[in-house]
Amino acid sequence: MTRVTRFASRDSGPAARVGGFIAHLRHNGLRLGVAEADLALNALTHVHAISPLECRRALRAVCTGCKEEAEQFDALFDSYWLDAGRVKQKVMPSNSSTLEDGVHSNRTAKGQDAGTVGTATAPDASQGDADSDGTGKLIATKARNLSRKDLRDLVQPDEIAQATDIARRLGAALRDTRSRRRIAARKGDRLHFRKIMRHSLSTGGEPIKLLRKRRPDRTRKIVALCDVSGSMTVYAQVFLAFLAGLMRADSAADAYLFHTRLVRITEALRDKDTMRAIGRMSLMADGFGGGSKIGPSLALFADTYARRFVDGRSVVLILSDGYDTAPPETMARALSKLKKRGCKIIWLNPLKGWRDYAPVAAGMAAALPYLDLFSAANTLDDLAALERELVTL
Amino acid sequence: MIWKDLQTALGDEGYVASNDLTVALHLALSLGRPLLIEGAAGVGKTEVAKTLAAVKGAQLIRLQCYEGLDAAQAIYEWNYQRQLLTIRAAAEDGKTGKDVEDRIFSRDFLLERPLLAAITQTAPPVLLIDEIDRADEEFEAYLLEILSEYQVSIPELGTIEATSKPMVILTSNGTRDLSDALRRRCLYTYVEYPDLDTELAILRARCPTIGAHLGAQVVGFVQKLRTEELEKTPGIAEMLDFAAALMGLGIADLTSDPAALQSTLTTLLKTQSDQAHITPEVAGRIAGRAA
Repeated sequence: MTRVTRFASRDSGPAARVGGFIAHLRHNGLRLGVAEADLALNALTHVHAISPLECRRALRAVCTGCKEEAEQFDALFDSYWLDAGRVKQKVMPSNSSTLEDGVHSNRTAKGQDAGTVGTATAPDASQGDADSDGTGKLIATKARNLSRKDLRDLVQPDEIAQATDIARRLGAALRDTRSRRRIAARKGDRLHFRKIMRHSLSTGGEPIKLLRKRRPDRTRKIVALCDVSGSMTVYAQVFLAFLAGLMRADSAADAYLFHTRLVRITEALRDKDTMRAIGRMSLMADGFGGGSKIGPSLALFADTYARRFVDGRSVVLILSDGYDTAPPETMARALSKLKKRGCKIIWLNPLKGWRDYAPVAAGMAAALPYLDLFSAANTLDDLAALERELVTL
Repeated sequence: MIWKDLQTALGDEGYVASNDLTVALHLALSLGRPLLIEGAAGVGKTEVAKTLAAVKGAQLIRLQCYEGLDAAQAIYEWNYQRQLLTIRAAAEDGKTGKDVEDRIFSRDFLLERPLLAAITQTAPPVLLIDEIDRADEEFEAYLLEILSEYQVSIPELGTIEATSKPMVILTSNGTRDLSDALRRRCLYTYVEYPDLDTELAILRARCPTIGAHLGAQVVGFVQKLRTEELEKTPGIAEMLDFAAALMGLGIADLTSDPAALQSTLTTLLKTQSDQAHITPEVAGRIAGRAA
């Protein structure tokens, strides 16, 4: 606590330092805008700003927005104001990284860099990076398959047409009817008084036209995550066709591939030319057929994309066999985080179709409590058969 | 230090607030920002607002959130029956058109719901928006205008500005993530279960007649119980009930009567599996360690 950061003499005063601190926090993944810097300075005038403890409390109240951020905050505060690891601010490209290079996120990158100097600027250290620094990473690197497999060999155009049809039906089955709001509608169960009043003015207060409102159907957004690791190669044909079909059928859907990395393929699959879309996808799926890091991939997804694309109306569809090289706790943590966004999670496991299959793989067992539906799917017909189960979800 | 005064004032009303919480509350009041309090159920989030209202001598306006809560229930609604009657009456008087329209869409015909009521008070009230995570995303969007500008826009009437800025406290159990837009308009604090000393202070403040020995035992017991794997971890309110139950039964020592201890556990354990998990032996062991 005694070692206070000595700022350079050209530093122009407290305002610049607080500005720097906000930038430092933003750099480490906290979501702060310009207004927060102003608010932070303002807040400091309301406490005894000489005392580091009070500053810490005041800035924490202003700068954090959720429990995770509040937990990171102390380390970030120390690293900036109390001279612990300020040098580690810049982002270094990490060659050994297996997770980050497919994803544009500065958060995990930082977590890994900081691993060398302790926990000061390692906001994500608690989320499994520390665990995967050891054996996990080695396995994944070893198993990473650098030969590019062309997915076009796997997927046929007529299958995509069939998959499109199935995906459209599944999307319709997932229609969310739970909305509790009401909107104006021609046929509805309640009167829309606000509109009736306005209309009745033109008829001298006689409500001639009874306008109604009802609860609207809301479509759910499907977010599909497909495992394309080595153990899944056999089933990849079906699932990739399904993904391609899904993208065609549902303009709101979102798709990702993962093996040892996580790749967003939504944009690529939206390509009008089906085979070109698959081609683009195979370029992105570098490492296809290699090892699988399901837990870390899902954790990364929960931390990055899910924040933007997953909400209470989303259905997250995971297509994987559940054979994970990372510890099962990572998986459980990732799924619980994902679940907190209010989405439904469906896991389609091709192995479940086998007789006597039991989800004994540690990763799969850890995932089970968080799943809304755990089902088998080997073929397009299996996927089509899901329709009925999805309706009742 | 001004926030210390606030802490003392809260303490006088029987609320033992941690330093973090008090600083956050102090800043929220002095900066005029809403305060978002998160934490597990039973750590005293709602109680903060009640106590603050008592400290400030302000009115407490409470909005309990639930799924499907909408503007008509939370902000305002037109009084349709009165509007209809007025239009009829006006028609009989031979008045039509703009006069009537202006009249029925005036403030007299507006039913105030909690949020509108909160910004139209003469003295600033405490507005408690409880369990915001139960409401859906659409409702968060309704809140944005009120929380940042302290105003409500009504299409037929125009914008109603706050006559006095309410002190806004939002609570959340963290069952789902709130939107970034809402979070950035609020100051934030996370409330943990209190440590042993704080909890003892809470017990003394709320239950002054309890004996020192029993008090320490009760708090120790509950603290130990929280480390067990339970479905529903007992909160502070449960701890106070537990203490009251023990005192009501005239028990002076937890370890003296296992049967009585077990029967009072109903105040702490609220699910069947938790009750099955804490058997008399387990309870006795925990009580023994807590002593």
